[in-house]
Amino acid sequence: MKSKRVLAVVMVLVLAVAAFTACARPTEDNQNGTAQGGEKQNITINGSTSVQPLVEELAKAFKSKKPNVTIDVQGGGSGVGIKSANDGVVDIGMSSRELKAEEKGLKEFKIAIDGISVIVNPANGVTNLTLEQIKKIYIGEITDWSQIGGAAGKITVVTREEGSGTRGAFIELTGVEMKEGDKKIDKTTATAITQGSTGAVMTTVASDPNGIGYASFGAAAENTAIKMISVENVQTSAENIYAGTYKISRPFLMLTKEEPVGAVKEFIDFILSAEGQEVVSKHYLKANK
Amino acid sequence: MKTYERIIQLFLFLCALIAVLGVILITFFIVKEGWPVIQKVGFFNFILGKQWAPTQQIYGIYPMILGSVYATVGALILGVPIGVGCAVFLAEIAKPRIANIIRPGIELLAGIPSVVYGLYGLVVIVPFIRKVFHNQGFSILAGSIILAIMILPTIINISESAIRSVPRDYKEASLALGGSHWQAIYKVIVPAARSGIMSGIILGMGRAIGETMAIIMITGNSTLMPESILSPIRTLTGNIGIEMGYASGEHQQALFATGVILFIFIMILNVVANLMPKRVGE
Repeated sequence: MKSKRVLAVVMVLVLAVAAFTACARPTEDNQNGTAQGGEKQNITINGSTSVQPLVEELAKAFKSKKPNVTIDVQGGGSGVGIKSANDGVVDIGMSSRELKAEEKGLKEFKIAIDGISVIVNPANGVTNLTLEQIKKIYIGEITDWSQIGGAAGKITVVTREEGSGTRGAFIELTGVEMKEGDKKIDKTTATAITQGSTGAVMTTVASDPNGIGYASFGAAAENTAIKMISVENVQTSAENIYAGTYKISRPFLMLTKEEPVGAVKEFIDFILSAEGQEVVSKHYLKANK
Repeated sequence: MKTYERIIQLFLFLCALIAVLGVILITFFIVKEGWPVIQKVGFFNFILGKQWAPTQQIYGIYPMILGSVYATVGALILGVPIGVGCAVFLAEIAKPRIANIIRPGIELLAGIPSVVYGLYGLVVIVPFIRKVFHNQGFSILAGSIILAIMILPTIINISESAIRSVPRDYKEASLALGGSHWQAIYKVIVPAARSGIMSGIILGMGRAIGETMAIIMITGNSTLMPESILSPIRTLTGNIGIEMGYASGEHQQALFATGVILFIFIMILNVVANLMPKRVGE
């Protein structure tokens, strides 16, 4: 009987060891796979940290179809992306703003549009704010709805956490982020309620009659518990964002120095294909209607 | 069978080793990741700095330390009297039939996931405070109320078993001297069980200070220095939880550094809990 027990214990140990070693195996298989799967190709990308997560997700989807292509996505900011593409140090530069006149000359591919809705509680009578008013609310200079034509009530400013791409875009496009010297300073008031997700921001605004927040257009448009307000008298809608009249939106661009060829072309084509745009539409507006 | 015994012993030793190794690896990793920022900013600037602006490389977590402390103290002020009262009731007063209804209820309370507590706080407590005090609702008070409910099971369970382990003689002696049941409870039994009750409170405190999800949802997470019980706060855990998603580079290291401070807090609490005399009456 006891020898059977010993056997059982030994079996368990063997299985445990096997389980540990199994963890190491898939990577080996992958390496073999890429070695066999034709010529290895490498795409280097850098630029806007707002575009970066999206491109990383797209790269993952692309790699599942073309395992022999490795895509290296780095940040740095839109300026870095534009300059790097221009200097030819990367294959693709990423930018989350339109190119300035002196930066033109690169091949531009609009891969997505990032639109941000300003949201308030449905009970709030305010239906329109100017960019200036939004900025002053967020830096704490306007603190009561009665200052901007609403019913008296202390404004509950709701924002996203530092590092969030939505917050980055919002403070940049509304001017909450100000230049001091050569540094850009986020002036969001420290009294702002900070929430870690789009959903939490919308829930907060939905339950607080004096709340104001912002969320990506895609998410806000589907939520009926909150109200999107007009900015500069332009309604928040996909049409107005595509037309460029709605101010709190920005394009996500991919930039190449020359007409793309090879793997770079394949990757950009993939992003602009229906499949790639499906990935885009999970968080942003598709590049074209 | 000698070898059989040996194998089993070795196996159990490995289990013990993995648990300890886990603690060592986590400690090592957190400190390794967090240390560069603490070193760069300076330890005292880091823990006493009043401004947190990670995208501008300004790291001061004093408001978060205060936030954690205030929320926890608030939770204890609300939770300890209720918890100890409940424990006394269960151990001394309640008939078995009633205790058998209450006890599973408390166990259920312990089993509710913290995100559900958070949700409850977000849709019930926060709007309630908003209505009563005409403010934003997200506040130390909201956090303390939820934390108080969350630490009740810990306090009740440990306090109750401490009270139950007080020798019967103590109570009988007190009654024999002509004291009432209530006098026996508050003059003899509870004082005799105080070290056990204290352990329960400290463990509850550990749970409160380490709570993340629920607290993120209901305290507002402002990095402002709290001014009153109705101010929104961000706790140490909340700071890590809310910003980890998008943090990179030095910002991420600063969050690990926040973890280091939190770790120190929890360690101090554990040491204090271990120092508590275990036996009744000491």
